[in-house]
Amino acid sequence: MSEKRQTTEAIALAVLFLGLMVFTVVGFGMRTWQPPAASKHASELDGMIRYLLITTGVVFVLGHVVLVAFLVRYGRGKKAPSPATSARSEKLWSILPVVFMALISEVGVLFIGLPVWDEIYGDVPENAVTVEVTARQFEWIARYPGPDGAFGRVEPELVDGQRNPLGLDPADGTGADDLVMRNQLHLPVDRAALLLLRSHDVLHSFSVAAFRVKQDIVPGMSISTMFTPNLPGTYEIGCAELCGLGHYRMRGRVIVHTESDFSAWLRDQTEGTR
Amino acid sequence: MTSIPAGEAGVSGPIPPRAAVHGKHPIPSAGPYPMGLMALLATVSMLFAAFTASMIVRRGGSDWVRITLPSVVWINTVLLAGSTVAVEMARAAVRRDASSRSVRWLALGTVLGVLFLVGQVQAWVAWAAQGVFLPTSPHASFFYMLTAIHGAHVIGGLGAMLWTLRRSALGAYRSGAHLGLTHMAIFWHFMGAIWVYLLVLLSIL
Amino acid sequence: MSHDYPPQGFIRKYVFSTDHKVIGIQYILTAFVMGLVAVGLSVLIRLQVAWPAHQWPLLEALLPNAYESGVLKPEFYLSMVTMHGTIMVFFVISLALVSGFGNLIIPLQIGARDMAYPFLNMLSYWTIVPASLIMLSSFLVEGGAAAGGWTSYPPLSALPQALSGSGMGQTLWLLAMALFIVSFTMGSLNFLTTILNLRAVGMSMMRLPMTVWTLLVSSILGVLAFPPLTAAAIMLLLDRHGGTSFFLPEGLVVGGVVLDYAGGTPLLFQHLFWFLGHPEVYVLVLPALGIAFDVVATFGRRPVFGYRTTVVSLLVVAGLSMIVWGHHMFTSGMNPYVGEYFSIMTVLITLPFAVIGLNLIASLWRAEIRFSTAMLFALGLISALGTGGLGGLYLGTAAADIYFHDSYFVVGHFHFMIGVVTGFGIFAGVYYWFPKMFGRHMNETLGRVHFWLTTGPVFVAFISMHYLGLAGALRRLYDPTSYASFQPLQGWNVWISFELFIAVGAQLIFLGNFAWSMFAGREAEKNPWQGASLEWTTASPPPHGNWDEMPIVHRGPYEYRTNGSTEGYVPQNAPVRPTLADSATSPAGEMLDRSGP
Repeated sequence: MSEKRQTTEAIALAVLFLGLMVFTVVGFGMRTWQPPAASKHASELDGMIRYLLITTGVVFVLGHVVLVAFLVRYGRGKKAPSPATSARSEKLWSILPVVFMALISEVGVLFIGLPVWDEIYGDVPENAVTVEVTARQFEWIARYPGPDGAFGRVEPELVDGQRNPLGLDPADGTGADDLVMRNQLHLPVDRAALLLLRSHDVLHSFSVAAFRVKQDIVPGMSISTMFTPNLPGTYEIGCAELCGLGHYRMRGRVIVHTESDFSAWLRDQTEGTR
Repeated sequence: MTSIPAGEAGVSGPIPPRAAVHGKHPIPSAGPYPMGLMALLATVSMLFAAFTASMIVRRGGSDWVRITLPSVVWINTVLLAGSTVAVEMARAAVRRDASSRSVRWLALGTVLGVLFLVGQVQAWVAWAAQGVFLPTSPHASFFYMLTAIHGAHVIGGLGAMLWTLRRSALGAYRSGAHLGLTHMAIFWHFMGAIWVYLLVLLSIL
Repeated sequence: MSHDYPPQGFIRKYVFSTDHKVIGIQYILTAFVMGLVAVGLSVLIRLQVAWPAHQWPLLEALLPNAYESGVLKPEFYLSMVTMHGTIMVFFVISLALVSGFGNLIIPLQIGARDMAYPFLNMLSYWTIVPASLIMLSSFLVEGGAAAGGWTSYPPLSALPQALSGSGMGQTLWLLAMALFIVSFTMGSLNFLTTILNLRAVGMSMMRLPMTVWTLLVSSILGVLAFPPLTAAAIMLLLDRHGGTSFFLPEGLVVGGVVLDYAGGTPLLFQHLFWFLGHPEVYVLVLPALGIAFDVVATFGRRPVFGYRTTVVSLLVVAGLSMIVWGHHMFTSGMNPYVGEYFSIMTVLITLPFAVIGLNLIASLWRAEIRFSTAMLFALGLISALGTGGLGGLYLGTAAADIYFHDSYFVVGHFHFMIGVVTGFGIFAGVYYWFPKMFGRHMNETLGRVHFWLTTGPVFVAFISMHYLGLAGALRRLYDPTSYASFQPLQGWNVWISFELFIAVGAQLIFLGNFAWSMFAGREAEKNPWQGASLEWTTASPPPHGNWDEMPIVHRGPYEYRTNGSTEGYVPQNAPVRPTLADSATSPAGEMLDRSGP
């Protein structure tokens, strides 16, 4: 191969890799991707992601710059032979990435990641709002316990898609004041929300991007998730686990009210059911 | 014949085709415990390990009821143990170059192995007569499934045993040259061990 | 050995062959056929994702079952997503990279006449053929092909009532997978035995080329990790057809009907699946890295940097891969403390991978790079390893994964690792070893067109998928625009589709080049790339039995430009010059010490 063509190829490759590097760094670096953080732990979770963006970004750029430098330096023309590197220096060179990545990854996980994780799976505060969310193909059914603070008994045999989607047992008095809503969830701002997640049929996953919340729902298991919304507004609930043909349209809305609006809403609804 | 691979230096008589393929090629560590067989045992072990883990997890379910195993499984265990002993006797006979006795021991081992399978089917029949079927309880599901999968491996082992029986009847094994028989024996003992393990597992969980 | 004749007749020679080279080529060709199907599916998927409600009358004429009044049906969309993943992972990448190159290259690089069990090898290939046919035929049965995702999580995959694809299609899926596992296990046993027992005289473990090392580690993982999936498949089959409740809990209500199951736990399946699923990623990725090392050394005219540290890293990766499967399940509802363990262990995998990545890049240090098509793909692989590998940290960190789980970030990440890295490994290997396969060269100009049309588009497309993931876009959506919050992102979906269509077109150039070169390519000599490892010491293509006189190995596989030899390299079978003075003064002396056992 001619030396000229060899040089052209080395330069072209260098441009390709640098171009891809810039595309990646600029794209990842844009702060506009994530929806606004609307829960207490969301900004901390975003902090974890930002930490990763910075640290992996440094490694990524370093690796590509060295790769491109080698391509340009050693990709053109004949080079004098040189002895192989010694086993010792190779071993020393492997310490660098090990220590560097150990610091990046374990510091991130242990000191930033796990505290957020612990908060998400942590203790439930006294004043938490408890809502049961039942997933079924392909809708979300929220249930508030009503003034008595207790959920009524449900029976699979009584489930009726239209009239009684949860299968509430009329024989159980505590269920009479339960408030059931389809594809809507109302929560007060700045108060922890404890969601008791159930599924009637297959796996679903409760996900609200703005809250940085995602929790699979497994039939036969009682799983809960907790978060504290801190920004009033309306957000989209999505199903994040493939659940069948209607998976793509298994959406809902979560409306975060101020504390007083929430009480008013709850009062209106409860009076409506009486 | 300087080109016989080192690992099969003990082989006399007709050279098996594999040695021919490898020609001057050395087989450094092909001893009585070859990699292929060991890896096979490893993969089979992982299969039963996965079932064990599943059983321990599934046992946490509210509907776990242990049903007393059909008593015929204890007879089957004795049959399989007898078969294992017979195979070992056959190897011992080959080591002493008593080939006709080794054929008889192998035949006994085969018959006992077949009887084991018949007995396992009998166990299924006994449970079915009691009204215990595959879906009746998770414990029953595991029993039917694990005996079937173990049985399938035993059938494979019996195939290998029939093959060694035929080779043995043709006089192919000598005191210094009976790798095939040894490999079959290792697999067969392994199947026996797995059965005892499953029996313990199904009796205590 | 007078009775070892090469096989005669077309059937024994090319169809039911026990020759490792023929079987290797059979695997690679089968993978290409399956690859065409899987790539075709991806085109239909991308059409749907980019233009969800658009009518495609022409496609309806071609696939009347898949479209209704010109619009794709959701059941067919989910079948395509499922089958694209399954076919790509198991029937394309596994077959081409592990079974294909494993068969073709292992005996040639270790100096063996064939595999340890040639008959088992043939059996293994002829088990894959029915497995592939069954997998493909599932598109034709009632209810369509399996549609529960390539992970096939129950209850969705267990209940035909819950999903049309979970009928006959899912049964065939399980059957095909069972056959695949049987075949792959036979192959792994064969590789393991061959590499450990049939090496040429002098071929110590530390003189093995990296491709063989990575295939050895892959085989060990294959033998140990596949059985749990077998167990899961058997139990899922029994749940579907035997009325058992291994994975199905009580109180299931599907379509208003209460189902008669009790006590099972769906999470058990996920654990069993990912116990295989995670090591499987390394089964696929590691051989691609091995090929990259070999190609970079040959065309960089430079020994691999850090041979020993790479081997140690490979073993560490293998060990870690068996104990981190739970990072696929951070949001699954398993105990959060278990999640913490899995997170801490998972991110440790970046350590050995960082060593491997650094060694790949450092192998270019003081190199004298020759840009062949194989080398271009190997270099692209290095870049992709960096991009994809670092993305893994986001997913391995449990807290961040809550946001990224089941989003397009995951899709972008695994397409980088087991799409681009493995795909580029396959391409590098094909261009590099084509002379050993058919005694001819592939067209290098078309090869460059293939590289340039592939690299930019696939990188840009899969990096863009990360952006969608950063924006929270969920995966496996038949119509992403049904979410108000994803509608502003739809332009990215169109952009990604266009990029991928270019890349798909490039693959047709590759297949055309492959087919044409098989019969009409420039004839290749014994050692066209001046490679130092053993496969280049025999004819192209090698005869039955590979060598007339078996080679004896005297040195490591990568002695390029280290001792001032006029040819610039020393083949592995070149005897060491015995004079003491020579080895003391020659720079190669160091190399020789290092490559000893």
